[in-house]
Amino acid sequence: MNKDKKVKINSNNLLLIITIALFVVMYIAGCVVYADKGFTRLQTFLNILINNAGLICIASGMTCVMLTGGIDISVGSVVAMDCMIIAVGIERWGWSSPVLMALVLIIGVVFGLVQGYCIAYLKIQPFIVTMAGMFFARGMTAVICTEQVSITSDRIFTALSSYKIEMPFGIGSYVNKKGIPQIPYVRASVIVALLVVLVIFLMLRYTRFGRSLYAVGGNQQSATLMGLDVKKVTLKAYMLSSFLASVGGICYCLNTMSGTTTQAAGLEMDAISSAVIGGTLLTGGVGNVVGSLFGVMINGTISTLVKTNGKLISSWANIVTAILLCFFIVLQAVFVKIKERKKA
Amino acid sequence: MSKLKSITKKRLFLPIFSMILVILINVVYDIICGNPPLSFFTITIRAITGDSSVLYGRLIDVLNRGSEVAILAIGMTLVVSSSAGTDISVGSVMSLSGGLCCMLLAGYGVTNVSEYANPLWVGLLAGIAIACVCGLFNGFLVAYMNIQPMVATLILWSAGRAIGLLLCNSQIVYVRVPSFQVFGSYVGIIPTPIIIAAVCILIASLVLRFTALGTFIQSVGINKRAARISGFNSAKIILLTYVICGLCAGIAGLLATSRIYSADTNNIGLNMELDAILAVALGGNSLGGGKFNLAGSIIGAYTIQAITTTLYALGVSSAQAPVFKAIVVILIVVIQAEPVKEYFKKLSAKKVAAKGAKA
Repeated sequence: MNKDKKVKINSNNLLLIITIALFVVMYIAGCVVYADKGFTRLQTFLNILINNAGLICIASGMTCVMLTGGIDISVGSVVAMDCMIIAVGIERWGWSSPVLMALVLIIGVVFGLVQGYCIAYLKIQPFIVTMAGMFFARGMTAVICTEQVSITSDRIFTALSSYKIEMPFGIGSYVNKKGIPQIPYVRASVIVALLVVLVIFLMLRYTRFGRSLYAVGGNQQSATLMGLDVKKVTLKAYMLSSFLASVGGICYCLNTMSGTTTQAAGLEMDAISSAVIGGTLLTGGVGNVVGSLFGVMINGTISTLVKTNGKLISSWANIVTAILLCFFIVLQAVFVKIKERKKA
Repeated sequence: MSKLKSITKKRLFLPIFSMILVILINVVYDIICGNPPLSFFTITIRAITGDSSVLYGRLIDVLNRGSEVAILAIGMTLVVSSSAGTDISVGSVMSLSGGLCCMLLAGYGVTNVSEYANPLWVGLLAGIAIACVCGLFNGFLVAYMNIQPMVATLILWSAGRAIGLLLCNSQIVYVRVPSFQVFGSYVGIIPTPIIIAAVCILIASLVLRFTALGTFIQSVGINKRAARISGFNSAKIILLTYVICGLCAGIAGLLATSRIYSADTNNIGLNMELDAILAVALGGNSLGGGKFNLAGSIIGAYTIQAITTTLYALGVSSAQAPVFKAIVVILIVVIQAEPVKEYFKKLSAKKVAAKGAKA
């Protein structure tokens, strides 16, 4: 019994522990190297959260899909489509932003429903279905409007976008170059993102649906034998992913305040790599949304480090992320092999 | 009825059917617009700059522009067959090989040259070699580390383009030398990409026809363990398919680079992996691995290009075209899906039963 428990800690949580440790090490290294460039400020850390709020939501949804052993590469395009709908809706159609946000969320759910149906009930490979979804959403973005549309005229949306939530008691406040004291702040999108992580975390741990996600990813056959409706669970997972992609899209739009056809290109791969770095196994059944949060933070830290350096070309961030991704994927493969050997 | 069924069951039915459909749409469009109905097929010889003249026409355009996808489709078909997965890094590898080639030809940090810094063959060879190395890397992860193909190739999907950008110093490198441009332009009156694609297809089909490689690949794809037990080195064969896929990506990358005589690393091969996968699916190949049909994939590749060209002719912008591609993909895969096939089988069985009851 005791031995079993130990194995569990090893394989499932070790990846998460490595991820968190890596993040801490990376951040501290950044603080030491770039102390003079303001890396030690609390605001730098909060900026990573602000810039990646959308990605955090998307990665949470991606984690749920990957737990079932699937993948959803349509999320980046869904974000672009959402931004475009919100931007064009406000600027061209004159709709109010709450209506548009609700519309975008509904579109997300319907999008996920169609994809999930194809994957769960028609048994088409997730990669192919979501690839078509990616094409479709990206193309629809251009069908709605081919130009860049900036959001300026909606009061609620601009207020939401520029709303600062300052740290209580002035924690981490500093004086900037002009001598004006600054209190670190986060945006509304960060609160949304952290709420999403919390809800998904609780869902995965304590609800029937959350546990069945793990069961389906672990072994479909035994999940069916246990009496789970595998198809329904899979369908719901894709609906959840597209819904969270839409939530992420709203957060993303609050950051960029515009809609373009090329927006959020490659975001799906960022989400996937964040989840993988966070310890979610691509074969399904193992993973944790907290890990994905740290995966996003690692991605964000890498690009912040590259930006802070100032001399490096921005593609270095991609290369470093890819190397990390490679490292974690190989590590996962090794873990799986060890597990198989123990079984045999 | 039974005749129709035997036709639809032929392996090349799907790609040829979709090709004919696209051509029909073109003919109808031409009739509506008042053009001669067969203007899709008309090939004329037109003079371009200077005193050279080249073949011109929509069909030639499809063949010319479709070369990259056709070359990629060769490699992708083999990868899909052997490992039941897709290589999503080909677009990035194209960009990387083009970037390295131009960097070598122009010299590091130089953005615009009309003279080679290194001989042409060094650039071309390096471009192809780096692509093969990428294929080797992917293949190693898939074959020896047992990592899902899509995930293994995800690494180079993001790193390939980034390394290309790094090599070119994040700039567009122009190589304005005629002997470099020739690969993307014309030899005599025929566009060079058509010739290169034809040679690639010819070599691939000859190798598959006269060696046992095709059979090896298929047997590994159908059942990896069974193939290993019956004496094939499964891992080596999978590795080989990925290297071939990398090689194809390298050739396609050089072609795309030569076409615009510059290494526009950000845009070369962008979303090309999706077109290549689509070509394989459209060619009637199962994406679950196993049996493959190279001819189908290649017809599929040109069909995709025909769709794209048709859409442009219809006035759809390049950004909007993906919507139609997505609908095509979904239709194809839904038709191929097992549950749908079973549903139709049941339906026809019911009909037969009803007929039997009547009689």
